[in-house]
Amino acid sequence: MNAPAPALGCTNTPVLKERGQREVFCGLTGIIWLHRKMQDAFFLVVGSRTCAHLLQSAAGVMIFAEPRFGTAILEEKDLAGLADAQTELDREVDRLLSRRPDIRQLFLVGSCPSEVIKLDLHRAAERMSVKHAPHVRVLNYSGSGIETTFTQGEDACLASMVPTLSATAEKELLLVGALPDVVEDQAMGLLAALGITKVRCLPARRSADTLAIGPNTVFALLQPFLGDTHAALTRRGARHIPAPFPFGAEGTTLWLQAIATEFGVDPALFAKVTAAPRARAEKAIAASAQTLSGKSIFFFPDSQLEIPLARFLTRECGMTAVEVGTPFLHRDLLSPDLALLAHGPTISEGQDVDKQLTRARAARADLTVCGLGLANPLEAEGMATKWAIELVFTPVHFYEQAGDLAALFARPLRRRALLAPLAPRIEAAE
Amino acid sequence: MKLTLWTYEGPPHVGAMRVATGMKGLHYVLHAPQGDTYADLLFTMIERRDHRPPVTYTTFQARDLGGDTATLFKTACQDAVDRFAPEAIIVGASCTAELIQDNPAGLAGSMNLGLPVIPLDLPSYQRKEGFGTDETFLQIVRHLAQPCARTEQITANLIGPTALGFRHRDDITELTRLLAEMGVGVNVVGPMGSRPSDIARLGAAHFNVLMYPEHAESAARWLETNFKQPYTKTVPIGVGATRDFLAEVAKITGLPVKTDTTRLRLPWWTRSVDSTYLTGKRVFIFGDGTHVAAAARIAREEMGFEVAGLGCFNREMARPIRALAKDYGVEALISDDYLEVEATIAALQPEMILGTQMERHIGKRLGIPCAVISAPVHVQDFPARYSPQMGWEGANVIFDTWVHPLVMGLEEHLLHMFRDDFEFHDDAGASHHGGAHKPRDVVAEAAPAAADVAGSMPDAGASLGDSVPVVQPSGQIVWLSDAEAELKKIPFFVRGKARRNTENYAQTKGVTAISVETLYEAKAYYAR
Ligand code: SF4
Repeated sequence: MNAPAPALGCTNTPVLKERGQREVFCGLTGIIWLHRKMQDAFFLVVGSRTCAHLLQSAAGVMIFAEPRFGTAILEEKDLAGLADAQTELDREVDRLLSRRPDIRQLFLVGSCPSEVIKLDLHRAAERMSVKHAPHVRVLNYSGSGIETTFTQGEDACLASMVPTLSATAEKELLLVGALPDVVEDQAMGLLAALGITKVRCLPARRSADTLAIGPNTVFALLQPFLGDTHAALTRRGARHIPAPFPFGAEGTTLWLQAIATEFGVDPALFAKVTAAPRARAEKAIAASAQTLSGKSIFFFPDSQLEIPLARFLTRECGMTAVEVGTPFLHRDLLSPDLALLAHGPTISEGQDVDKQLTRARAARADLTVCGLGLANPLEAEGMATKWAIELVFTPVHFYEQAGDLAALFARPLRRRALLAPLAPRIEAAE
Repeated sequence: MKLTLWTYEGPPHVGAMRVATGMKGLHYVLHAPQGDTYADLLFTMIERRDHRPPVTYTTFQARDLGGDTATLFKTACQDAVDRFAPEAIIVGASCTAELIQDNPAGLAGSMNLGLPVIPLDLPSYQRKEGFGTDETFLQIVRHLAQPCARTEQITANLIGPTALGFRHRDDITELTRLLAEMGVGVNVVGPMGSRPSDIARLGAAHFNVLMYPEHAESAARWLETNFKQPYTKTVPIGVGATRDFLAEVAKITGLPVKTDTTRLRLPWWTRSVDSTYLTGKRVFIFGDGTHVAAAARIAREEMGFEVAGLGCFNREMARPIRALAKDYGVEALISDDYLEVEATIAALQPEMILGTQMERHIGKRLGIPCAVISAPVHVQDFPARYSPQMGWEGANVIFDTWVHPLVMGLEEHLLHMFRDDFEFHDDAGASHHGGAHKPRDVVAEAAPAAADVAGSMPDAGASLGDSVPVVQPSGQIVWLSDAEAELKKIPFFVRGKARRNTENYAQTKGVTAISVETLYEAKAYYAR
């Protein structure tokens, strides 16, 4: 069974709140995975060349075909008068939709420039929804860097969909968070084996897969960064099933357990359904835990996955957390994870990157989890790093991915060991 | 408002970052929201830099906007100066900060920081990255360069190389060597590798070598006017251009041309018989103006290609590129619209593309080989080995790079001879490439997005492609079975073209069923 919760968890640990230069993506970045998940959706950022460049850089400039996202770049003349910008936007959207008849959902995504000039995208979305109904539904949310950090973009996107969901009085389970289809299917399979079959996912893969919600809906979150979506669902009368997040064998079991309890699943059936995949997960984790055990880890704030991951790495892989940084700490959502994370690490929220770098250098953890902008510089200082962004782009949830998740952290350490014969200080590019 | 899917250039402040990151002892204080810090990864990941770019972002948030973002900026300036102790700072705004009008220049100027403060005025909603590099370097030079006596030895400054440049690192080495052979020393290389104190002594050189007009033409002109330093107009990429460049240096310095061409291999490699197959290959050339102009000359005069079309993404170079295109008898495509470039390539059906990473992807989709000749760059454009574009070694590198994507000469004949042999059949690619090279039908294309830098979600969405019909789908016209069989006998690397040509031909002739006859009529029609 699960290891007992630590006598003293991090529930009441004072949080180091930082306010300074941040080194994080803005919420627009979520478009990179959201557009893959929602196959008939287009994400139109209303922003600047910087926003377009960010998306391209985050996607790696490697997408072959015409992508299902783009940027309507504001120009000098749009900044002069707002009425003008709305007309321009209508024109660009008309053109886009006529060229892409496969698009059924269009998200107008606000950016810093559109927010600063107060371009009303909500009004635009309403107007366009009327115009393009019933074929296309137009929604809006903000992914701007002045309001959202990285994964908060997905939260804003999903929250924007909640008011449009139709109503139902049925007792149903809603899984919330964009996971790769293969992982989502695994979750559905486990739930079905537990006898829970009325399950829907937000976001749906296609807009035609209708979602409904009501006072008898219960929902489970797949990601820890969905605070606004949680609030929006609660406003519609749905009820959250609190649980640790489904990372690792333990996290997955506890997450499933919370749902099973809600649905009154027979404990014997639960044990039967989870035993084999859980044993597989534990075995797969053990392979990487050999490398990770006894090693220390330092998290820079990035995706808000940091606390559940620290819980996984400390409890299932034998690591010690030195600092767990997160851009935001949603206590409501994370309290089950915080309770399981043994007291000890600094929990920091927000960022002052230079101060945090000083702490990271002093700590010299065996593994530092950070963004792409910091990874190579820290490696050059002799520290092993893991790029945080991979954790949101790679399938890492549930039993069958638990081993992969552990391996993501073990790989930089294994690689270092392999390359040890080379000089520690390798010339970097000029 | 303009819809953009992929961009060739970032915003102008990214240009400023390229200058700052190339230099040492200079710090950039950028008024910008947190998300703009993504730009760091361009340098640390694509270029594999081992230091963070010397940039402090103020990372203001929505809640700061009503309040005091100006103080935030001043605090960031002071912290940056205290922490990094630069010799000088450049200050400016990104697109969002431009809208809130805090006037970074005025704020920093009023602070008595005790070092040169260089304000940048980079209009984010009008200009792009290339303007950003050129303007930033100009401002740095204007603020820091001091009149000084010429060096005793004849020396030149190498100006234009920046961080994230296409092979700038190695071009510096190659040029330094070429100049040394003529007895010309290098005074300062900048922005890449120089400190503000080096910029101060730019005036000691006898002339400037303008390596990349995109990034330093304004500075070159300023130095010409103010320090009476002439600058070179030829960019020495390719054998002919390198000779012209050396002649230009000789004219400026009064020194005779002295150069060691024993390491130059391109002329023999291109004349040796295996290269016969290169004759008249139709190439489409696209990239930044400087590299395109150089590539066009190499393509025609040194490789024996036919230039089927050319163009550039940077509007600043529109005029010279249009003139060049005229000389080549083609129309110039001046555009930063990726879809327009793709449509042009699909219409021209070249046998090869010389382009950027964007065209490499277009080529993949259309089944046309592509060699990369210009920024925007990708991690692959920073090879571990020495691989300049300029000078004699640059010419060698270019020969290898351009030939690599093509099927080798002798191999092409063997493929013809053994076209029914299973090993050479259909999906067998060029033997020197690992995987099978499969030219794919654009219409049927449903490629999953692969995110090289960042990873990808391999399962989500792989089934539903983002496809766009670029060439006409062959819906109306049918292939009779014997014609289809005949088509299969044509080697795979020209089959797609044969199919398209035949269908186009059939369409113009009003033929709806393609027979073997039609196939060969079309072949004769398109024969050069
Ligand atoms: S931080 Fe703002 S301006 Fe920058 S890319 Fe994100 S939304 Fe665009």
